[in-house]
Amino acid sequence: MSDELKTLTERAHAAVEAADTVAELDEVRVAYLGKKGALTEQLKTLGSLPAEERPAAGQAINAAKQQVSEWLEAKRSGLEQAELNASLEADRVDVTLPGRGQSPGGLHPITRTLERIEAMFSGVGFSVAQGPEVEDDHHNFEALNIPADHPARAMHDTFYFDAHHLLRTHTSPVQIRVMERDGAPVRVIAPGRVYRCDSDLTHTPMFHQVEGLVVDEGITFGDLKAVLDDFVKQFFEDDLALRFRPSYFPFTEPSAEVDVECMFCHGSGCRVCSHSGWLEILGCGMVHPAVFEAVDIDAERYTGYAFGMGVERLAMLRYGVNDLRIFFDNDLRFLRQFR
Amino acid sequence: MRISQDWLRDWVSLSTDTETLAKQLTMAGLEVDAVEPAAPAFSEVVVGEITHCEQHPDAERLRVCQVDDGSGEPKTVVCGAPNAETGLKAPFARVGARLPGDIKIKAAKLRGVKSFGMLCAARELGLSEESAGLMPLPADAPVGRDLRDWLGLDDPVIEVELTPNRADCLSMLGVAREVGVLTGQTVAAPAVEPVAAQIEQTQEIQLSEPAACPRYCGRVIRGVDTRAPTPMWMRERLRRAGVRPLGIAVDITNYLMLELGQPMHAFDLAKLNGRIDVRFARDGESLALLNGETVELSGNTLVIADDNGPVAMAGVMGGDATAVGEDTQDVFLEAAFFAPSAIAGRARQYGLHTDSSHRFERGVDPEQSLVAIERATALLIELAGGQPGPVNAVTEAGCMPKRDPVVVRPGRVNALLGTEIPEARMQKTLSELGMQVEPSEHGWQVTPPSWRFDITREVDLIEEIARIYGYDQLPVRRTASPAAIPSRPESRVLLARLRSLLVDRGYQEAISYSFVSEELQKLLDPEQKPLALANPISSDLGVMRTSLWPGLVRALQHNRNRQMGRVRLFETGLRFRGELSDLAQTPVIAGIAAGPVVEQHWDEADRAVDFFDIKGDLEALLALAGQQDACRFVAAPHPALHPGQSAELFLGSDSVGWLGALHPAVTAALDLDGPVYVFEILQSVFEEKPVPAFAAISRYPAIRRDLAVVVDESVTAQALEDCIRASGGEHLKTVNLFDVYRGKGVSEGCKSLAIGLILQDYSRTLTDEEVDATVQRIVAALSEQLGAGLRE
Repeated sequence: MSDELKTLTERAHAAVEAADTVAELDEVRVAYLGKKGALTEQLKTLGSLPAEERPAAGQAINAAKQQVSEWLEAKRSGLEQAELNASLEADRVDVTLPGRGQSPGGLHPITRTLERIEAMFSGVGFSVAQGPEVEDDHHNFEALNIPADHPARAMHDTFYFDAHHLLRTHTSPVQIRVMERDGAPVRVIAPGRVYRCDSDLTHTPMFHQVEGLVVDEGITFGDLKAVLDDFVKQFFEDDLALRFRPSYFPFTEPSAEVDVECMFCHGSGCRVCSHSGWLEILGCGMVHPAVFEAVDIDAERYTGYAFGMGVERLAMLRYGVNDLRIFFDNDLRFLRQFR
Repeated sequence: MRISQDWLRDWVSLSTDTETLAKQLTMAGLEVDAVEPAAPAFSEVVVGEITHCEQHPDAERLRVCQVDDGSGEPKTVVCGAPNAETGLKAPFARVGARLPGDIKIKAAKLRGVKSFGMLCAARELGLSEESAGLMPLPADAPVGRDLRDWLGLDDPVIEVELTPNRADCLSMLGVAREVGVLTGQTVAAPAVEPVAAQIEQTQEIQLSEPAACPRYCGRVIRGVDTRAPTPMWMRERLRRAGVRPLGIAVDITNYLMLELGQPMHAFDLAKLNGRIDVRFARDGESLALLNGETVELSGNTLVIADDNGPVAMAGVMGGDATAVGEDTQDVFLEAAFFAPSAIAGRARQYGLHTDSSHRFERGVDPEQSLVAIERATALLIELAGGQPGPVNAVTEAGCMPKRDPVVVRPGRVNALLGTEIPEARMQKTLSELGMQVEPSEHGWQVTPPSWRFDITREVDLIEEIARIYGYDQLPVRRTASPAAIPSRPESRVLLARLRSLLVDRGYQEAISYSFVSEELQKLLDPEQKPLALANPISSDLGVMRTSLWPGLVRALQHNRNRQMGRVRLFETGLRFRGELSDLAQTPVIAGIAAGPVVEQHWDEADRAVDFFDIKGDLEALLALAGQQDACRFVAAPHPALHPGQSAELFLGSDSVGWLGALHPAVTAALDLDGPVYVFEILQSVFEEKPVPAFAAISRYPAIRRDLAVVVDESVTAQALEDCIRASGGEHLKTVNLFDVYRGKGVSEGCKSLAIGLILQDYSRTLTDEEVDATVQRIVAALSEQLGAGLRE
């Protein structure tokens, strides 16, 4: 190899090494390997060499070109990787910064509770029924075997509009409306708002109930026990004991009040259950024949059960809410806890 | 009903502890609310006697007493009670005693005199609410005896909450009967011997309304010392039952009410004029009651009257004029049976509720009247002297409550309960409950006892059998019910889905009262006359909402007052419009939004929520309803909304909702800052969603053309779109308004609207000529109908 070629090759190597960008590298390639590049030019000198030297000199030049080309390629891939890296680095974001857009709100805990209850009962074939909130005396009382001046009326502090119209004091009138409309058999729940003229620390003038009604041939008290036992366990997601004890509702007979084992102390007694180990959560019973008679259902052929529960009570126990009135303040600091 | 366990033991022997008894009662339907001792905890309190009492040398109101506490060593005690006097026996708390309220008695010096212990008032021992000097103990109280022990103050008092059907348990007799059945013990009632008359005098009685009062027993007792003290044992029993002592005659009648469940009344005989008549009140009659009130009597009110008019409201409360007082010498005792239907609701009608009305309206055993009057006579004579006349018992037999036999079929019992209770066991239970059980064709004829007013049908007896058998023993039955597949109309969007959509768009659900303040209602929906409650809980909650906005506005105010700037709330529920006779209870969805559109964000400009944010939310709801094409927002005035930002929502030709900014005058009146946006839409909009019907997708390319037209400011986007759609023809698939521009290049009073048109045919590629022709048709129509010009 001629000294010149050697020098050229070394210069080319230095130039490749010195290039900082792909563009600079391209310049180096043109300067040495381009049509008028220094090494390409060397080939043109071959003609001036004696014929016997030409092959060797040509080989040397091509080898040099090959060498430089390899250097260029190696350098290029290094530079491209670096540039990609730099570009990626420039695109880096702080992944911990908050995203854009609306963050979701949430359902009111009462609705959330109602939706759970509805889902559980729909799963076993109950449909959901609704009724008016401004009711008449017939549906709210008379048809439910609560005639005027019945002592049970004193238990319902009723809001009246006139002598015959009132705000329903319970969801039980929906029972009557469903049976009037559909007859038997029936398998419904009726969630909704109810009203009592009472307001203090533990009473709000409006609250929510879920009524359940099943009417068919051969329905027994045992069916009622089963459905409520399952419901309570699923609702609280806990294997809680249930206690049915005799009570009185004009529209069921036999009637029962249902206590659930306190989910806070598991029956050992605590402040929530007033140290009794039990929490009263719902009322129920077998549909009174007088109710069937009021809606023209054959009380000999059909039997049925009904239950009613206070939704606020269930929500309070489920979520540990200790103040009933907070449900209707609509304070966002409260509501946002139920997203 | 408060039951002293010690008193109960007089009737029935108890082999179980109180806790077990309480559980048995609860599980039999007599719910035990609480068990507490007859007195709160205290110690070292004994019967003391004041042996000497003199004025304190340095304090006018204090006395220095020597107290014999049985220890043999008299104690000097400084006492401020006005009734402290030599010879008085009173509870004495020794030094070291602990009294209720965590009070410890120490030796103390009072105005220079050392005092060793304290003489106690009833209130200081938690035995009374009233403070009336030292608690006087009877002369025979054993000095030095521990007071708790002597008065039996550890006696557990069982508080039972009775359901309205179990009036028979509103007495010791009734509870004892129940306990007897539950524990298998026999009940020993106190023996009641008739008291022989010593005088001839009787009071004439007339039953003018035998259906309302078929039985009235009266007795004259003369020469009664009505100032005689009520004995300690009776005072204590009354107190434990929650009844205040009021003098011997009244105390005895109250005692009988507690013991036998028979409410009684004692009249001052001297103040009665002529014959007793049980009748309904007459027009214009009034009665001054024992509680000091005078009531105008209604014609539905049964009264006890004499020749001068009403002297008592039957079964509710006595009159003041004929009440027994300290000067009374001759007493007329009443024990009557009033029919529940004649008493029910009457007390409430006058704002009254008494122990007597509570019992009579639920049912009092008519067979107890005579027993009660004999027992009351015996007690009165024993404790206050006097000479009884004969009992005058008037009964209208035909009007007495009938106990019709009820057919009970054992098979039906087991069918309803899901049990296999043997017949013999059922029969035993019924008999023990006092029922007469006779065999009949289908089972038994069961006649309930006179004290049960709640047994009229077979189910009533099934409950009795179940109750005594034990609800916890009734089997649980899980059967695979042959449930039919429920209907799930696809055209109905579930409310839960609508709620989810709003929640996902940043709304928090609110639940507010359905009744609101009339004033707020008027401010937000002045054109509706709201339905007013006859007995609202307060004027703030006086009328039914005609819109959900008042509740949401209140919630916004609540949160604004608590530093919540950004508020987005929605509510679902009924609104109430129209007169009672024609009331529409309509389910709606409503929302409110105010404050920043999103929480302050590092990369987004702060912007307050505006009309189009809320409209977007509403459009999203309508998209769920599949009704976005049928729905139109029409600028329309609403009294509570900003005139320039108020839209009425129509589905076809029906008005189905409103959207807008609250009028600045309204927000000012509500003391709310900044624009507040509200919407309300009928839920019925979401009940007619078209079921999707497939349309084949074109395999040929769509062609887009953009137009920019200049129109007058008054031309709405809706009008433009309607015009384009009407003139566009079958190939026009989509119209999208993508820019609104005002300013340079567009004359004042005009705006430029840019619209993207997408055209497509199902079966071929459209030619340029066809597309151009369509666009020209549209441009011509816009020009002709809306004065629109193409923007240069």
